[in-house]
Amino acid sequence: MTTAPSNLTPMTDLTRLGRPKSVAVRKFRERLIVGSLAVAATFSIFVTTTILVVLARETILFFRFPDVSLGEFFGSLEWNPLLGAEKHFGIWPLVSGTLLVTVIAASLALPLGLITAIYLSEYAGSRVRAVLKPALEILAGIPTVVYGFFALMFITPVLQKLNPTLEGIGTPESPISFGGYNALSAGIAMGIMILPIVCSLSEDALRAVPRSLRDGAFALGGTRFDVSVKVVVPAALSGIVAAFLLAISRAIGETMIVALAAGGMARLTANPAAEVQTMTGYMAQIFGGDAPAGSVEYQSSYAVGATLFCITFLLTMVGQYILRRFREEYD
Amino acid sequence: MAAARSASTRLFQNRAFLWLCLLATNLAVLALAILVVSILWQGWGTLDWDFLRSTASRKPENAGIIVPLWGSVWVCAICGLVALPLGVGTAIYLEEFARRTRFTRIVQTNILNLAGVPSIVYGILGLTAFARMFGAFGSGADAGIELGDPESLFYLRLPFGSSVLAGGLTLMLVILPIVIISTQEALRAIPPSLRAGALALGATTWQTVWGMTLPAAVPGIMTGSILAMSRAIGESAPLLVVGSALFLLATPNNLMSDFSVLPLQIFNWAQRPQAGFHDLAASAIVVQLVVLLAFNGVAVFIRQKLQKPLL
Repeated sequence: MTTAPSNLTPMTDLTRLGRPKSVAVRKFRERLIVGSLAVAATFSIFVTTTILVVLARETILFFRFPDVSLGEFFGSLEWNPLLGAEKHFGIWPLVSGTLLVTVIAASLALPLGLITAIYLSEYAGSRVRAVLKPALEILAGIPTVVYGFFALMFITPVLQKLNPTLEGIGTPESPISFGGYNALSAGIAMGIMILPIVCSLSEDALRAVPRSLRDGAFALGGTRFDVSVKVVVPAALSGIVAAFLLAISRAIGETMIVALAAGGMARLTANPAAEVQTMTGYMAQIFGGDAPAGSVEYQSSYAVGATLFCITFLLTMVGQYILRRFREEYD
Repeated sequence: MAAARSASTRLFQNRAFLWLCLLATNLAVLALAILVVSILWQGWGTLDWDFLRSTASRKPENAGIIVPLWGSVWVCAICGLVALPLGVGTAIYLEEFARRTRFTRIVQTNILNLAGVPSIVYGILGLTAFARMFGAFGSGADAGIELGDPESLFYLRLPFGSSVLAGGLTLMLVILPIVIISTQEALRAIPPSLRAGALALGATTWQTVWGMTLPAAVPGIMTGSILAMSRAIGESAPLLVVGSALFLLATPNNLMSDFSVLPLQIFNWAQRPQAGFHDLAASAIVVQLVVLLAFNGVAVFIRQKLQKPLL
């Protein structure tokens, strides 16, 4: 008794997908290929595990240093590992710097990106799309270091021209006066950087809304504005929110713009004209060669990296959850 | 429900929103235009053949980008040679072979998460896993194990140190999720009837993939891969962490050579106080953008010309 149906063998010749082979050879080859593909697929799990292990191990080594503690890391409001006699390792100034730049970028890119996406998906004809889509793709492909250069060499000088007009605004301790490094310049450049991400992902979400919904709204007498903003956008909301979260997480993890344009002074401030340091900016400074390997400053950048990883990981997970949980299914 | 609005209000709203749309859209295009023009303005003057052929120098007028240019070529070649087979293989396994089990769901979620990991975190991973190899072969700059002559093409040492190989493998980690996700999308776009046809003729799953699905998906896979490679060309934060050299006079000659890449050279020059180096950074950006435009152009060409509609 044979388990393999014998009538399958001659059929193989018809497929012309290779010379006829014995079933045993074919099965062996198949298993070998599937096995190696499965190994490739497992590699991604291996990468994640290694990231977690490396970050955890090095962060623990950081907290073993005598003048460092978990309480200070989350409790202190000062971060000055490189300057001064007394070193402080409180993560909040770096987190607030990251937040400040990210908020500036998001308040610029999220509305603009969404409106552009609505325009592309609901209004624009094929001629406009043919110009606009490549422009956005080029923006998406520009290396971040170029945005950093643009912020430092173009946006900052333009902002500095505003300084005489802004005199007297802000408190004496933190005047609104733009220096060579400031959060606003980095934030604007970062906003331009994440704009294409917001736009293309939101547009995908808007286009996925079935035509029948639009037809129904038009049939009820809605204007194009009513249809787009009151019907299509709410229907695509889960995709839009996920796009926003992805863009924000990209902004939080972005390094080269803030390393070039935001400066290197970690401080707790909401002043957009102030020089700030972000988590990524600090890591770039340390790994770029400002501290000897094995020192407490050097090791601290792993703890910062772990914090950064946790924040972006959380954002990605929330985004995926929203996509799964709140997706509107039509059909 | 909102109160009923008169027809004129609704038409006005409609018109106003359209203007808002046009304004927002034009802002995006304007930003691109200002960026390109301001960089061209600054970088055009110092862009010549000598700039492309010279090595690093302390004087702006003598400095050039030949070393980072070749560094980029080496690093991106290594990155592509590893990331593309690995990524495409993973995608094929997930789309064509794996049953929808708990394990594949975890792998899938994990890949989406990896795509969201900041690139500088991959830099930390590359530094620890490739450049230092977890300290398994001794720590510091001195090599634990050496094979071959340091001047020859086949020189190898463990750990890799801050070499082109370590840099390329680190970049591979960055673009791997992008390659996987874009290949999966390309495979998903192939109609199931094509697979059903091959399977009905008695082909095995692998024969179906190799003979039917993969050839049909090649344009999509190539477009995604080229975009992933253009990401790799512009990526600099992870390589900063792995440790690229800042002042090099020789192009790489084997996998263990020190390296710099174009985006890091731009970063380095932009950070200097002298204005002369800022102009050089702008010139280097022009070169970088031309390379990227060429890559994107090829991707667009493939998408337009090679992608035949199936069914």
